[in-house]
Amino acid sequence: MHAINAWRGGGAPCAKDLAALRLALARIEARRDGGSQMASREHFSLGAPEVDAVLGGGLNRACLHEVLAPRGADWSAAAGFGLALALRAASGRPVLWARQDFLESETGRLNGVGLVEFGVDPAALSLVRGRDAEAVLRAGVDAARCKSLGVALIEIFGAPRALDLTATLRLARSAESSGVTLFLLRICVGEMTRAPPSAAVSRWRARAQNSQALLANAPGAPRFSVTLLRHRGGAADRSWRLEWQRDRGFFCETAETRHAALSGSFPALPADGALALPSGQRRAG
Amino acid sequence: MVEKKNNAQRLYALNPAAWDHGLAPGLALADARARLPQLRVADADRRADRELLLVLAAHCELYTPLTALDEPHGLVLDVTGCAHLFGGEAGLLSVALHDMAALGFSARAALAPTPDGARALARFSPDGVFSPAEAAEAVARLPLAALEVEEDSLRALSRAGLKTIGDLASRPSRAFAARFGADFPRKIECLLGREDLRITPLRPPPDCMVERHFAEPLEQSDSIEAVLSDLIQEAKTFLERRGQGGRLFEASFFRADGVVRRLSVETLRPTRDPKILVRLFHEKLESLADPLDPGFGFDALRLAVPRVENFESAQGDFVALEAREAEQELSELLDRLTTRFGRARVLRFMQGDAHEPERESLAVPVAAAVAETWSSPPDGEPPARPLTLFDPPQPVDVVALAPDSPPARFRWRRKMHEILRAEGPERIAPDWSVFGMREPARDYYRVEDVEGRRFWLFRRGLYESDDQPRWFLHGLFA
Repeated sequence: MHAINAWRGGGAPCAKDLAALRLALARIEARRDGGSQMASREHFSLGAPEVDAVLGGGLNRACLHEVLAPRGADWSAAAGFGLALALRAASGRPVLWARQDFLESETGRLNGVGLVEFGVDPAALSLVRGRDAEAVLRAGVDAARCKSLGVALIEIFGAPRALDLTATLRLARSAESSGVTLFLLRICVGEMTRAPPSAAVSRWRARAQNSQALLANAPGAPRFSVTLLRHRGGAADRSWRLEWQRDRGFFCETAETRHAALSGSFPALPADGALALPSGQRRAG
Repeated sequence: MVEKKNNAQRLYALNPAAWDHGLAPGLALADARARLPQLRVADADRRADRELLLVLAAHCELYTPLTALDEPHGLVLDVTGCAHLFGGEAGLLSVALHDMAALGFSARAALAPTPDGARALARFSPDGVFSPAEAAEAVARLPLAALEVEEDSLRALSRAGLKTIGDLASRPSRAFAARFGADFPRKIECLLGREDLRITPLRPPPDCMVERHFAEPLEQSDSIEAVLSDLIQEAKTFLERRGQGGRLFEASFFRADGVVRRLSVETLRPTRDPKILVRLFHEKLESLADPLDPGFGFDALRLAVPRVENFESAQGDFVALEAREAEQELSELLDRLTTRFGRARVLRFMQGDAHEPERESLAVPVAAAVAETWSSPPDGEPPARPLTLFDPPQPVDVVALAPDSPPARFRWRRKMHEILRAEGPERIAPDWSVFGMREPARDYYRVEDVEGRRFWLFRRGLYESDDQPRWFLHGLFA
């Protein structure tokens, strides 16, 4: 209730009560069980209450979601965000990552220890290396039909002809009948605002984001600047800065602060409704 | 054919016409030319000989799974229990000789109780089938050359008035052992069949094997697949009776011209479900880089199961059953992907037994992966290792403010990255037993540029050392 009052106190119009209520509930949930129990059969939450509220509780399972990296340099952000989403969606079930060979020279090959450090259980992850986009898509369709798989990550470079609307429709339909959640990582789709058409339920754009410095100015936990470009039946074009909390297995939203905290402890989830940035501060990056 | 031996070009193999002119292997090429100026020679290629022999050995698997090379130009087949398929031993022998003639080889063959006896008889007596008694008798009549010992020993023996193997056999072996070495009496024993050495087959015989021979060569790909699925059904019945499932299935296609093509399909867990196997083989046939070329058709098709394991039949409570089914389905998916893309493309991560980043973890084929538990990273720390590693590490130009300080900026792929945060160095010395003593230690830095990208850089070598240290980008953090 505290949170709702704070919202009202902030001068929110009454028409937004429903959204406010949702937000409040999401936040209470998040505080109660660390956001990890919010996974239902249909939804998986990101763990950041504000984002989950906008998404109406979370993203749908058994659907196709897209994460775009506008430039090759954004690969690490898109892959990190996509992988973290995949971990949320999988909640312990097996994950399959299908990659194009070309990406190995662009971004390096996946590193088992690095995956563990990111929060992945390598025993539950299978990697498929496809010679080209067609091979990766074929592997993706096969994976999308496998009921016992939790998540399939399909990583494609650029906009190959094989990845058209029909291909994404096929993926989406397979996912719907099998229950596998699919993430399509698209690298280098250009800075275009209108990304290629697809049957994805949600489309995200991820960019790198400065982390919160630790002691002695060391880089902190991974942060991403993400934009929800499209969300079927929901709000779109919203941006957040999210931090991936590996140890807890969820995202949390970050309020940009100049005064770096001393350690990567639980970042402030403001209970007093201080959602907006402190005035007079500019977001960097 | 000539080859170089004892610093001289010597004859290695001859055609019949050359034999007729009195030439023999071992003769120096110069001498041979003197006798026969029109002699045409080519260099001997032992490797090609061996490869040809291997092709023939593969073809001979039609007769028995136990084939071995008898170099330089022979094959030994263990046909125990196979002869009845070809109408008895004589039938098998004539089929084999006929096939060899059809492939354009002149062959001699003998079927005897022991490999050594058969070899000697094939070389030094007319073709035929020898029963144990006949074989002993026939071997005893063979000339001493059948022993295949050195020239000097042969000469010594013939000087002593010994002419046949039988002459040797009747004498005490101790005298021979003293004169020609301990191996000599054994050789005689082997030839006479008193000592029986088994051959070491080229490929171990599979536990389960089913095959079809066709009266007419088979060409159509759909009929080939139909036969294959029949064979799979048959293998299933066989495995079912023994309570087993296969991990590796191998289909051999025997082409009419003697070439044998083998395709194998691997599964993660013991399988005998014909539906899955038919699908896997179909996938394999579809994904072949060089498709199965029937040529003039296939004479025979064989399905072997070289690796079998006990098949645990599903039992237990409902939850366990469900979990097992889920696991089953996942391994089917991985099998299918492995069949299509190859072993090296469907991977799982395993811990490596090393501390260098490159070898800290390995990506191994799912079929070879073993379940293991990874220690979880320490709480509250950001990832210490990057999501990806470049192989090889990418050289970068780095500006550091002081020799041992973290980099201030670096250029990678023609782009300058200003570094905002950095942590390091973490010194990792390469294992001298792998990289050698000369490989310098590396100082790793976790850095983040002003745009928020996180990299793993390292400096190879120290500033104090003679060579200028160089910087590399080794990986990308999320």
